[in-house]
Amino acid sequence: MENWLPEAASSYAADLDGLLIFISAIVGVWFILAEAVLIGFAVAFRRKPGQKAAYLPGRSLRAMSWVLVPCVVVLGFDLVIDGVAAPIWDKVKIEIPESDEIVRITAVQWAWKFTLPGPDGELGSDDDVDVMSELHVPVGKVVEFELTANDVIHSLFVPQLRLKQDAIPGRVIKGWFEATKTGTFEIVCAEICGLGHTIMKGKMVIESEEAYSDWVKSKMPEAAASIPAEERNEG
Amino acid sequence: MAEYPRAEHILNESTEVPTGRLGIWWFLASEVVIFGGLIATYVLFRWQHPEWAAEASHTLNFAGALNTMVLLTSSLTVVLAHAAITEGKFQLAARNLGFTLLGGAIFMGVKAYEYSHEIAAGFVPARSLFWSFYYTMTGLHALHVLGGMIAIATVLVAVRKGHAPQRVEYVGLYWHFVDIVWIFLFPLLYLAS
Amino acid sequence: MSTAAIAHPKSFWREYVFSTDHKTIAKQYLSTGIFMALVGGLLAYVMRMQLAYPGQAIPGYGTIDPQSYNAVVTMHGTIMIFWVAMPILLAAFGNFLIPLMIGAADMAFPRLNMLSYWIFFLSTVVLLASFFVPGGAAAGGWTSYPPLSGSAAYSGGQWGVTLWLLAVAMEFAAFLMGGINFITTAINNRAPGMKLFDMPLMVWMQLGASIIFLFSVGPLIAGAVMLILDRVAATGFYNPATGGDPILFQHLFWFFGHPEVYVILLPGFGAVAEVLPVFSRKPFFGYRMMVYATIITGVLSFIVWAHHQFIAGIDPRLATAFSITTILISVPIAVMTFAFIATLYKGSIELKTPMLFALGTLVVFLLGGVTGIHLGTAATDIYLHDTYFVVAHFHYTLIPPVFFGFFAAWYYWFPKMFGRMLNEGLGKAHFWLTFIFMHVTFIPMFLLGFGGHHRRISNPQFFEAMQGPEAERLQIIATAGAIGILLSQIPFVVNSVLSLLRGAKAPANPWQANTLEWTVPSPPPHGNFETVPQVYRGPYEYSVPDRVDDWFPQDAKV
Repeated sequence: MENWLPEAASSYAADLDGLLIFISAIVGVWFILAEAVLIGFAVAFRRKPGQKAAYLPGRSLRAMSWVLVPCVVVLGFDLVIDGVAAPIWDKVKIEIPESDEIVRITAVQWAWKFTLPGPDGELGSDDDVDVMSELHVPVGKVVEFELTANDVIHSLFVPQLRLKQDAIPGRVIKGWFEATKTGTFEIVCAEICGLGHTIMKGKMVIESEEAYSDWVKSKMPEAAASIPAEERNEG
Repeated sequence: MAEYPRAEHILNESTEVPTGRLGIWWFLASEVVIFGGLIATYVLFRWQHPEWAAEASHTLNFAGALNTMVLLTSSLTVVLAHAAITEGKFQLAARNLGFTLLGGAIFMGVKAYEYSHEIAAGFVPARSLFWSFYYTMTGLHALHVLGGMIAIATVLVAVRKGHAPQRVEYVGLYWHFVDIVWIFLFPLLYLAS
Repeated sequence: MSTAAIAHPKSFWREYVFSTDHKTIAKQYLSTGIFMALVGGLLAYVMRMQLAYPGQAIPGYGTIDPQSYNAVVTMHGTIMIFWVAMPILLAAFGNFLIPLMIGAADMAFPRLNMLSYWIFFLSTVVLLASFFVPGGAAAGGWTSYPPLSGSAAYSGGQWGVTLWLLAVAMEFAAFLMGGINFITTAINNRAPGMKLFDMPLMVWMQLGASIIFLFSVGPLIAGAVMLILDRVAATGFYNPATGGDPILFQHLFWFFGHPEVYVILLPGFGAVAEVLPVFSRKPFFGYRMMVYATIITGVLSFIVWAHHQFIAGIDPRLATAFSITTILISVPIAVMTFAFIATLYKGSIELKTPMLFALGTLVVFLLGGVTGIHLGTAATDIYLHDTYFVVAHFHYTLIPPVFFGFFAAWYYWFPKMFGRMLNEGLGKAHFWLTFIFMHVTFIPMFLLGFGGHHRRISNPQFFEAMQGPEAERLQIIATAGAIGILLSQIPFVVNSVLSLLRGAKAPANPWQANTLEWTVPSPPPHGNFETVPQVYRGPYEYSVPDRVDDWFPQDAKV
């Protein structure tokens, strides 16, 4: 299964992948067992001449326990899965750790807009800087995001980070991730959002802290002004 | 309870309840969840928006109160119609159904006055979410009143000819339901502050 | 009372078109449903071809642009759920079987029944018409989430979504009326001696499905009215700019949408529950347990809906609660599945076509069921949500009842419906081909989903996660499988048509089954029963000790 998943590049990816494998193992065993019994019965109890079927209506509790006991075991496994999964969900979606960077992500038909806090380090002030389609983040740092949408519902999905969160117009949803590998990954929209849903994508560049701060500087208004025009065009 | 004639094709009734009454009860159950969903949604929004009270103050309380009274009275006449039919008094039942019909007509007339007054004053459905809810909920209810009136008129014609006594009860149940919905809508949309 | 009163001859129109006979209405639903399955299947073909060979001309269709692709995705889902699963499983077999199985002459309200069908028919016309309006059919997904579906500016044409909403609302009205009829009939028109716990499981499942539908659809009807008003009257129920809330629609939709899964699943399981005892000559194992599991499933289905919205912006603290309720619902479903399996134990099993499809329903459904745990667990849903894993999962969950369950029912009750026997060889070929191609189509989708292939994308090669020879190969395999499924229906069509024309005449009880529909001629006459049957026992008394016959009809006096 690990081979089918894309490479893992966030701090919680291992937890989520591990849980996926854990659940697959449990239900896989049950699945094979149930199929084996089902198909086994269908083969083993084929009609034979002169042999009558057994009269087993399963009315008594004792008889029904053949079905109910396995179901109680199923329930037990269910609760184990819930018990293992709940803290992982809490870690990913509820407990946002102290963040190093913050960014506002706005989904629009059909692009991703990223708002950097500007020199004052705070979102919502005049010096915020908008960047379209390409977000750089430093590796090994907790990035907090405020996710919203301008028009319809979109969904922020970066497969390698195991990150997915719907973007809802009128709401700001907070979330976080910590990238553990450098590289360039696609940001896609996982919720159908109209005509351009199929071409909606952005780029997330995860890089060293130095490269990241260079990128941030290049996006600041004064930096942009000081860069010669021809260089800006190349960028 | 009167003996109702059974539909020709029904071979057997497994319970004590006449099939028609059972059908009406399940029909009303489905209506309850439709209005229930709408009312629950409205209440949740209203909770988060105390400022809607100001909007609600533009509804015509006297018209709403008048309509409440009209509907309650028409519920009474439908009960009288049912009482009459169980005693076999078809013409008396028809007359009481006629009064119920009149009540429905007055209700719709008052509604029309309200809507035109409010729209003229600029309180159109798109003005704000409160008015969207107001028109959706009262409009859906008014459609039910209209549907009830058509049903009652049909039954009235049959009853005058001495047919279908059991249907008086069925339209009566439905009319009570329409009445009860209004009893919820009136305080929620007109009075709550 | 004699049934002669109802059996008098009628004109062509009253006999075949505006008929109030539950059996004719069942056939009307059935033919409309099969026709719509063909439409839905062809849409699937267009989708699969585009995904395997993006941008290339699709034989018989041409190239497809993204807007049309979205419309095809939307309409495929809408049609398969509302215009195939519901009319075939619920309306057709419910209508045909409920009166026959409980010993009634017809539905409680035959004229309401006819009205239900014709409203449904009208809704079908409106839905099909929406393909041809300016801007094309609705393209916002079968869930039609606003704001996308709330305004023409976001989703393309003005007419597509409005007609879609109108058609769905009419369809709901038709099934509400039908449901009231089913419930009333099953509760009140049972033959003398038939207690509730003597009803065949199919009747229980139809009753359960109708009640679940009746109590879940109301809020969505209200929600759909609000969405229509948002579109045509400029209200702002789902528009955040006016204080509305887009998530509201998701709650109303899934409060209905998840119970709807059981509305479809239960009648399919009902068909399986009828076929298994007959072809293993055994009583159904744990009949009462099965009934209680159905009721518990129905109740639980109302408190799981938010698992469709784990990452949709609901309060994340709710997720674990909904994970638990969701996973709990696997328990009554497990009870049903294990009871089915236990019914086979020490049976005398004959693998006739209906039995193959019934077993196939279970074999396929198990994979759909267990993959539900991956998605019902909030944490793993983060990654898998809106990927092809979900697509594979719900096809593995819904195809078993909708198609395998339907085919089990078709091969089992065809002799009763049409008075002719079907060909076994063609039936078995139909089963094995459908069964094999089902896996060829959907196993690759699980793998694509793990790879991060997100849904409703018309050109997968645009995205890294779906590029590369391996992903392309999986797409082509899935497409080949889908075409395989479509072609596998040829033996079904040939078999049905040939058998209708010149199949062997069916006796009243070809399978030596116990339930009441097998006590009347095939096909049953108007009014069904010559005399009102008297019921003495439950429906599954097979291989009763000390009896010569291994079946024991419900109405047989000792």
